[in-house]
Amino acid sequence: MLIPFFYLLRDGGMKTSITELLTLLEAMQKGVAGQSVDDFYYLSRSCLVKDESKLDRFDRIFASYFNGVEDSFADLMADIPDEWLRRQAELMLSDEERAQIEALGGFEELMQALQQRLEEQSERHEGGNKWIGTAGTSPFGAYGYNPEGVRIGQQSSRNRSAAKVWDRREYRNLDDSVELGTRNIKIALRRLRKFAREGAADQLDLEDTIDKTARNAGLLDIRMVPERHNAVKVLLCLDIGGSMDDHVRVCEELFSASRSEFKHLEYFYFHNFIYESMWKDNRRRHAERVPTVDITHKYGSDYKLVFVGDATMSPYEIVYAGGSVEHWNEEPGAVWIKRLLNTFPKAIWLNPEPQNRWDYTPSVKLTRELMDDRMYPLTLAGLDDGIKGLH
Amino acid sequence: MANSKFTGTSTYVATDDLMMAVNAAVTLERPILVKGEPGTGKTQLAIEVANSLGKPLYEWHIKSTTKAQQGLYEYDAVARLRDSQLGDDRVHDISNYIVRGKVWEAFESGEQPVLLIDEVDKADIEFPNDLLRELDRMEFYVYETKRLIKAVHRPVIVITSNNEKELPDAFLRRCFFHYIKFPDKETMQRIVDVHFPKLKKDLLGEALNAFYKVRDVPGLKKKPSTSELLDWIKLLLAEDIPPEALRAKDSRTAIPPLYGALLKNEQDVHLFEQLVFLDRRAGSNP
Ligand SMILES: Nc1ncnc2c1ncn2[C@@H]1O[C@H](COP(=O)(O)OP(=O)(O)OP(=O)(O)O)[C@@H](O)[C@H]1O
Ligand SMILES: [Mg+2]
Repeated sequence: MLIPFFYLLRDGGMKTSITELLTLLEAMQKGVAGQSVDDFYYLSRSCLVKDESKLDRFDRIFASYFNGVEDSFADLMADIPDEWLRRQAELMLSDEERAQIEALGGFEELMQALQQRLEEQSERHEGGNKWIGTAGTSPFGAYGYNPEGVRIGQQSSRNRSAAKVWDRREYRNLDDSVELGTRNIKIALRRLRKFAREGAADQLDLEDTIDKTARNAGLLDIRMVPERHNAVKVLLCLDIGGSMDDHVRVCEELFSASRSEFKHLEYFYFHNFIYESMWKDNRRRHAERVPTVDITHKYGSDYKLVFVGDATMSPYEIVYAGGSVEHWNEEPGAVWIKRLLNTFPKAIWLNPEPQNRWDYTPSVKLTRELMDDRMYPLTLAGLDDGIKGLH
Repeated sequence: MANSKFTGTSTYVATDDLMMAVNAAVTLERPILVKGEPGTGKTQLAIEVANSLGKPLYEWHIKSTTKAQQGLYEYDAVARLRDSQLGDDRVHDISNYIVRGKVWEAFESGEQPVLLIDEVDKADIEFPNDLLRELDRMEFYVYETKRLIKAVHRPVIVITSNNEKELPDAFLRRCFFHYIKFPDKETMQRIVDVHFPKLKKDLLGEALNAFYKVRDVPGLKKKPSTSELLDWIKLLLAEDIPPEALRAKDSRTAIPPLYGALLKNEQDVHLFEQLVFLDRRAGSNP
């Protein structure tokens, strides 16, 4: 039963490896975890997740899998974990009902009765979650509207119960697939800075080498220093003037906050798509245009090109001359973006639209094709992947 | 007192998931990587694991300039050169100039030790990769003396990391992982209890409330953590501050005493004072 879970994790985008699965099996064999689902959850989590930003994803997958197969899990664990029983009861109760019942106090007795009933039932898997007969016919199934039939109290033990642990989603705010915002911008910044500093090669420190060699009685002692200025140069092209503005602002902040880390960072703005010109100052977008050709001439091909935009428009705006909503463009946007990509082979497109919508918008698909698939969501994870794409 | 399972100690509160991760690592003799906000007890964990399992502890604190090799051994060529010029006899035996590192020391320990590799993310990105084989096989080769150093007992290895700097996948695959999330109120209460067993309940309650309130101030550069809370309580006790002083009956008294212990960053102190000031103004003309 672990194999399907393993594949579910991988399908869910976790990079769980066979090594880790084997480690988990070994740990189970050596009895590291006890018999409870709780233990299994903790153990598998520490074996299979190595990145806190993936903890929430793990919790969701764990829930979706184990909430469905609890019956067989109970089998696996030989005897039925208390928590599981508890949870079954809780699943059927609304908050008010629970409060009502709580007022009556006492949980253990109920559990005992339930367990007894369960043992009497020969086919306990029948009906999945409804393991104790149909609502209305069983005194237990009836507790939805007969709170006296079931007594649940002890809020604290309930809180500790296993099933709740992964359902609590405590690691949600560490997930890296949410969109960039003020909350996670600091982390994004750090990643971007790291990117900016990368490529810093070692250089010979001549002065120090001479000094150290002299002290070393003439024996050559070579000294190296990291290259002080990093070499990363970026052209940032932002889609402005529309629903995108908030996202663009975040991105702008992000890059300008790390401006000092880049050797060069130039901004250009466009609206919806790239045509024969862009502009640098949004207040004077109509007066001061920079011809796109000039950009391809002025900046070397070692510049990395980063587009930020939702790429959401009519496909005409990309593929036809005269398709732009703002002006008459002699040549289609697709031609212009290709020119840019020819000059700047290292390029990515960051898209703030949720990734699951991309496929439904023809213009996004088109843009993605033009970008040779190098479109990334504007999330921490997307930024990470995008940066990799720029190397 | 030696125990076979780690369950926390009289001075350290371990949550269930942390215990599980530690015990899995101990049982399977694989390293455990511990991450989390600063001051959440990552470093302390190794010390407590060693204490409670009755094992000797070797600590290797990593700096930005630390190289993997330094944990194994270093060849002190300069000392040898000097000895050769002084005509010292030791110079003929190269092993005199091999300086053992922390990993080597841990490998030679007569009983199974705990080896702490603290703040692994400080070092070069290649650092963990450079130790893969050594930590896997628990052996390494000293080229200068042609000796193979093998661990007498596989150490329990605790590795801590502070930020989200990526560690290589190959390295991660070999570790157990635990992320210490910031303790909830209940856990925090237990943590304070182990540090200040005689603390009056009402003072603790008020202090925790005030503490979590400060943590909730939006925009703080560095939120106060467990270690700041403990320092602050120490001060409160030293100054004999009564619990009432911590209770914010109205917004006028919302500034907790000695809050400098909680906010160590000047900008944060400013921000905090401003917010309280705004609060007071709002409070005085409703
Ligand atoms: N669970 C805990 N139980 C008892 N004390 C704790 C706990 N967590 C933290 N502390 C206390 O908080 C202080 C900070 O702990 P420690 O230095 O281990 O944190 P850290 O995570 O290594 O921090 P940093 O990232 O800054 O190195 C110590 O005094 C430690 O005793
Ligand atoms: Mg530490």
